[in-house]
Order: sequence, then structure tokens, then C-alpha cells
Amino acid sequence: MKNSIAERVRDFLKNHPPFNLLKQKKLLEIAEEVVIIYLEKGDSLFKANDTFNEHFYMVRDGAIGLFHQNKRVDEIVTISDVGDIFGVRPLIAQENYKLTAKANEESIVYAIPIVAFQEAVENNSAVYKYLITAFATNAYDSYTSKENKEIFVDYLPSNSQDITNFQTANYTKSPIVCHISSKLKDAAIQMSSHKIGCIIVVDDTKKPVGIITNSDIKNKIATGLFPIETNVKNIMSSPVITNKKGLTVADGQLQMIKHNIGHLCITKDGTVNSKLVGVLSHHDILVTLGNNPSVILKEIKRAKRTKKLRTARLKANTLLKSYLEQNIPLSHIITIISQINDAVTVRAIELSLKKMLTPPPVAFSWLALGSQGRKEQLLFTDQDNALIFEDVPESSYEETQAYFLELARLITKALNKIGFEYCEADMMASNPEWCKSITEWKAQFENWITNPDEKAILLSSIFFDYSRIYGNEKLVDELTNTIYKNLENSSLFFNFLGLDAIKNPTPLGFFKQFLVEQNGDKKDLFNIKSRALMPLIDAARLLVLSKQLKGINNTSERYERLAEIDPKNKELYESCSYAFKALSKFKTKQGFQNNNSGKFIELESLTKEEKLKLKRCFKPIQDIQETLKVRFDLKNFM
Amino acid sequence: MLEKWLHKKKKHYPSFYLEYLDLFKKKKRGRIQSTRFVAFDTETTGFNFDKDRVLSIGAVSFIGKSIHVNNSLELYIKQDIFNPETVKIHGLIKHGALNKVNELEAIKIFLSYIKNDVLIAHHANFDRTMMNKMMQRNGLGKLKNKFIDTGVLFKKSKHIIYQENLKHHSLDDLCKELNVPKVDRHTATGDALITAMVFLKTISRLDKRKNLKWNYLLSS
Repeated sequence: MKNSIAERVRDFLKNHPPFNLLKQKKLLEIAEEVVIIYLEKGDSLFKANDTFNEHFYMVRDGAIGLFHQNKRVDEIVTISDVGDIFGVRPLIAQENYKLTAKANEESIVYAIPIVAFQEAVENNSAVYKYLITAFATNAYDSYTSKENKEIFVDYLPSNSQDITNFQTANYTKSPIVCHISSKLKDAAIQMSSHKIGCIIVVDDTKKPVGIITNSDIKNKIATGLFPIETNVKNIMSSPVITNKKGLTVADGQLQMIKHNIGHLCITKDGTVNSKLVGVLSHHDILVTLGNNPSVILKEIKRAKRTKKLRTARLKANTLLKSYLEQNIPLSHIITIISQINDAVTVRAIELSLKKMLTPPPVAFSWLALGSQGRKEQLLFTDQDNALIFEDVPESSYEETQAYFLELARLITKALNKIGFEYCEADMMASNPEWCKSITEWKAQFENWITNPDEKAILLSSIFFDYSRIYGNEKLVDELTNTIYKNLENSSLFFNFLGLDAIKNPTPLGFFKQFLVEQNGDKKDLFNIKSRALMPLIDAARLLVLSKQLKGINNTSERYERLAEIDPKNKELYESCSYAFKALSKFKTKQGFQNNNSGKFIELESLTKEEKLKLKRCFKPIQDIQETLKVRFDLKNFM
Repeated sequence: MLEKWLHKKKKHYPSFYLEYLDLFKKKKRGRIQSTRFVAFDTETTGFNFDKDRVLSIGAVSFIGKSIHVNNSLELYIKQDIFNPETVKIHGLIKHGALNKVNELEAIKIFLSYIKNDVLIAHHANFDRTMMNKMMQRNGLGKLKNKFIDTGVLFKKSKHIIYQENLKHHSLDDLCKELNVPKVDRHTATGDALITAMVFLKTISRLDKRKNLKWNYLLSS
């Protein structure tokens, strides 16, 4: 019987090694036995120490992360992309898996039965050679991915620095160079256009003869020692310190300390007498070690591909974790992480703009909504965003919107790849409802404010916490002013918002026990987000909107500002601010422990002390809800 | 009396259809995750339930999230009715080189493949009616299986604020929305596989929000 699916599976396999080495007929035999597996993000195919399966795998769509389990923490070893094979251990050695394979995003995987594969391959040595290489590369982390024919292209930071120290350092390949006869001015222009801090001076045979750094220019040109048109020869530091490729991070760092320099030149044979192949900078080393926010920010700004952004954002997670362990104040942590999140978004937008065939037809603004808009996003969460563009004549509206929708589609796709999941409710700028002109937006908000209904309130909790991430400031200011003007006489809207803010009952029951979920698969878990954080967030938003306080989005800052202008309730507001920070920290820590958003808490896993701490935070929630009831006269509406 | 009459009528059915009917006597549904589903699609000579005929049936089955390639169904049916208009969509010509079976044979194979499992199709009503008409032409009763329409299911998976202004979703729309690779579109088996993927992706979105239950899945 004809089997079209098997034929299509074969068509995919034949383009990827090792299957490209097999004959079509054999390949079809294998393809007929393939199992197509769909994986949601986070689903695992096999876990470390599991006995081996009858299959090995190839990624058809999406990406599968391979993790090494270290104590309770999952360290990512590599990510397999479309066309990569993984889980080949049972083919080579009949022993238990050493790594865990988990879907990094929604994926489709082909499971290839080992028996059928072995029968088809027989003794094709080329195939086995490939498999062994793939297996070896996978077994311990390789950094020199290019040489392995891009089998495993990603590198992600590990938590343990011991491992990092002995990794091969990731130097900059094909560094920016200038010829020894060039003028300093031209070299400086090159440096600034590439946003780099140093340039290597080479001779006719591409051998490195010197290096010019920012400080050379500062010390020798800016001080007037040499004219700006001088030859690079006069300015450069020479000779350079060279090394072979393949040196470890630890070695690189030692060399730099020894010679008191910031850059090592990597040459073909490791001496100054061979061709320059790369540069290892102190920055590269820090990047590999990876827990320094300014390094991460730099890396984000220089990223040329979305993949790099994902790596950088994952490093921020490592950073966040160590901050939490060190008990650094949460307001500080939040500031840093939101800066990183914003920078990632900005870079994703810049990269997406480059992919567009034409520049934007009119000015636009990219807004972050919800938790990113409030600058409170710590762990990866869903992306919520919107786009405003300048008014255009009606005749070209559709065309303009189409342009921005396409742009937004690229941006949201990039953000998703970085780790911010698509918004379940599709509150993203790629949705025509949330990508429109300034006039349309004004009308939209006015409609929400003057005709509040359930839907409007549902949306307002997300849309009223917006902040500009990229683009034109004027558009956003204009929108904000219109909103506040509309709010001046709209008590009904505040009543609705108030009802929404108190709709979640206090987290404690009558006997002071935690109120847990009653049904669903989260039964008996405590939802810290909806029961504790949301009431505080909603109340803060309502209060600042009603007091016409513009430009403060962060919940704890909102309470602090409220405490200033309303000294009567200073104590309440301050305790709300404190409670919010403590609860966020709690949620983040839980999220790390369980590798999820931290939203649902298993009460049994908490110590008595932790439970007490949590309960202390609930008191202000009750108080602020009572305050709202009185202030907005909600009793009459209930 | 009535029972006797029903009983009498049943007797005229060929044994394979009676066996099929028997399967529906025991009613038991286990967990969704461990239940076999069959996604299927038909290619026809047109959209007229009475005049047009089924040219091919494609189906894939799955339990959990794994689809076994060697357990798919691909049937091509001999038909006297032929409509050159639809050839450009499905590419099936009257005297193609494919190995074809007659209608009764196709039904027999199809029923033994689907058993009493839940069937999944996109705009299921069309495929269901086409199959029922074909079965009636051959002196059989209708399909007894439960149906899930991926178009309806997708609509349910959307956030409540968008449901009201959702338009009619074609399989192509869903592929785009859910990022399902479109391979072999407009062959019965290809579309069956795509439908299965659409189903899996949609229920994973639904399952995230709530613990998925049978009555929710089967309600329309």
C-alpha cells in the first residue's frame, strides 16, 4: 500500500546527515517505521538515568534542549535544532541516558527505530563515523561548533564555573583589522562603526603587528601627543600577545593577568609569525563566565542574531538566581532584569527592522504591556505588547497597518525564540486589534473608559500598564494625556476597576488557613499570582489612575509615590509596597526551584517560617481592599 | 415489536458492519492521554453530497502525542463519476496508476481501521456526510463514532474576548496560526496528518488552561 507520509518523512530525512548517506530505498524502509512525536514546551522525551529507548531522534520542527542534571538544577548542554539528531547513546553504547531531553519550544520530533536503522545501515562506515562524532560532541560540551559542521550550534551558560573555566574560550572570529599603513582617523572610524573598543593592526600577510584600543586613542591622540591624521604605527601597542586557538577560558584569563592586557590575538600557529584568525578579549571571557549585567547588556546590544539574544537572556536568568541567593534587594534586581528585558526587546526590534524590505512608512512606538510594562518581569513570562503608528490618510491606512503587522510578526517571533512565550490571549502587536494608529488607540481607550464593561476591565488590567520600549516618544505622551483627560470625569470606570481589584478574595480563609485551588489539575495548590500579587497590582493601578499620577508603572514604586502624596495612609501604602516585593521574590524563588513561572505553590513544600512570612504579607492586601471599598463606594455596586 | 423490526433489518448487514456496530456496545472512555484518536480526511469529486463521490480516504491514528507512520491509512477508490474540475486540487485522475479498491472494500478497510475510536476531521460535517452517503449506497448504516471538528475546537481554544469576532477558519488558516508545516496539502493522508497536528497543538493550548475533560472536548 502506498504510504505518502512515509515518503514525506523520507524527503525530510534525506536532506540531513547521516541519512543523506543512505540509498533512497533503504531510507523509505526506515521512514515507514518512524514515529512522529509532538512535544509541548517543557515535555521531555527521556531523562538522565532512564533506560535506553528503542529510538533515536531527529528534530523536525522546533528545538530540543539537552540537559545535564546537577543536584536539583538542570544545566543546559546543547540545543538540537531542525535536522539535528540526538539521543544516539543507545546506538553506540547500550547504557542508560546521561542527559535529559526536553522541548525548548513547541517541537515535532521524528523517532527513528534503532533496529530498523541498523538493518538499513548494515556496515556503512561513513554513517557510523558521523554518529560517533555526533555522540562525542554531545557527550561533553563543545564550544568550537563550526568545526563540527554545525551539528550543535548553540552554547548556553552553565551554572557551575568549574566547567566554564576549562571550556575552550569563545573568541571573536574574523576580527576587525586595519593595515599598518592606514591613518589613525580611519581606524577610529572603523572602530566606532563596528561599536568595538579595539582594532588589530596587520601587515601585508595578515600577521598581527599591533593593537589600538580606546585608551591608546585617549592617551595619545586626545592629549595632543599625536595628530589625528597620524599613522597607526605611531599609536599602536606592539608587539601583541598571541596564542593558538583552543585555549581555555582559564588559560586566557591567566595570560591577560600575566601581561596586564585586555586582548589576546589568536593566530594560526600561536606565534606572531602566522596569520591572525581571531581575538579573545577580556569581555569575551566575562561573557563566558557570564554573571555581570553590563557584560550581558553589551552582548545584547552587539547581538547580530536572535540566537545570541536568547543566550544573553538565559545568562540573565543565571544572574537573577545568584542575586536572589545573595539576598540583594528586590527593587535593585527588578531594575536590572527589566533593563535587560527592555534591551533584548529593543535589539529584537532593531534586528526585525533590518529584515523588513523598506524602512517604516511613518513613526511608530512599541509598547510593552502587563508585567513588562510595569517593569516587574523577572522570570520569562508571556509577551504582551502593542504598536502605535502615526496617523496616515485613510487611503493608505490599510497598507501602513499591513507593514507594521508584518514587522510585529517578526518581532514577536524573535521574542518567542528568545524565550518569551506568545501571549495566550493574543495580546500582541501582531494582532490587528493591537496594532493601530494613534487616533484609533485614543478612541479605543476612550471607549474602554466611558463604556466600561467586563471585557474592557479584563483588558484594562493589561493595557493600562504600558511603557514605551522603542520608537517615537511623542505618540505615547499624546496617548497618555488623552487617557488622563478622559479619566477626569469617569467615576463609573473607577467603580468597575475597583470591583475587579477586590474580586479575588483575600488569600486566607476564615480560620486563617490558605485558600487553595478547588479543582483542575492545580487542585490544592496556592495561586500566589491571582490571590496575592494581582490584588496589590490592581489596587495600585486604580489608585494612581484616580490620582492622575503619570509615568509610574512599577507596583512598588506606585505605592511609594502614593505614600508621599497621601501621608494619612502612608503606613498602609508602605506595607503594600513591602508586601509586593516580598511576594514577588517568593514567587521568583519558587519559579526557579520548580522550573516554572512560580505561580502555583505547593503549601506542603514550605517551611513553617515561610508560611508565616507569607501570611504576614497578606494583611496589607486585606487592608488595601477595604480602603478601595470605601474610597470608590464599591459596597453599592457589589 | 419495534425491537423485532430493528433486529430484522440488522440481519441484512454484512458481518464486518455488524462487528463494527458491536464495538459500540461497551461504553468506556479512559484518560484522554491514553485514548486512540483517528484523524481523517477525504478527497472527493466535488461538494454535492448526492452527486459527488469519495476518491480517496487518508487517516492517521495516535495515542498521546505519537503518530506511528506505519499505522496510517491511504485508500484510493474506483469511481465512475469523475469531475475534471477538482483534479487540479487533489491531483487524482480517473485511470491513475494507483492501486484502487471499490467502495464496499474501502468502507470495510476504513471501519476496521477506525473501530469505535473518536474521529477528528476539519469541518467534520462534510467528511462525515460523504462517508455516510457512501455507506448508505452500499446498503449499510451510518458511522457511529464520536466526532471532533478541529475548526470548532480551535475556536474554543481562543481567548473569550476574541471568540465573538472569529471568522470561519480554513485548514490553511489554522496551519498558519499554529505553525504546522504544510506538507502534502490536498492529499487525503497529508491533510489527515495536518489535521492530527492541528488537533494536538490545539488541545495542548486548552490543556494549559484547564484540566481537559471528555465532555468539553466532545461538545460543540
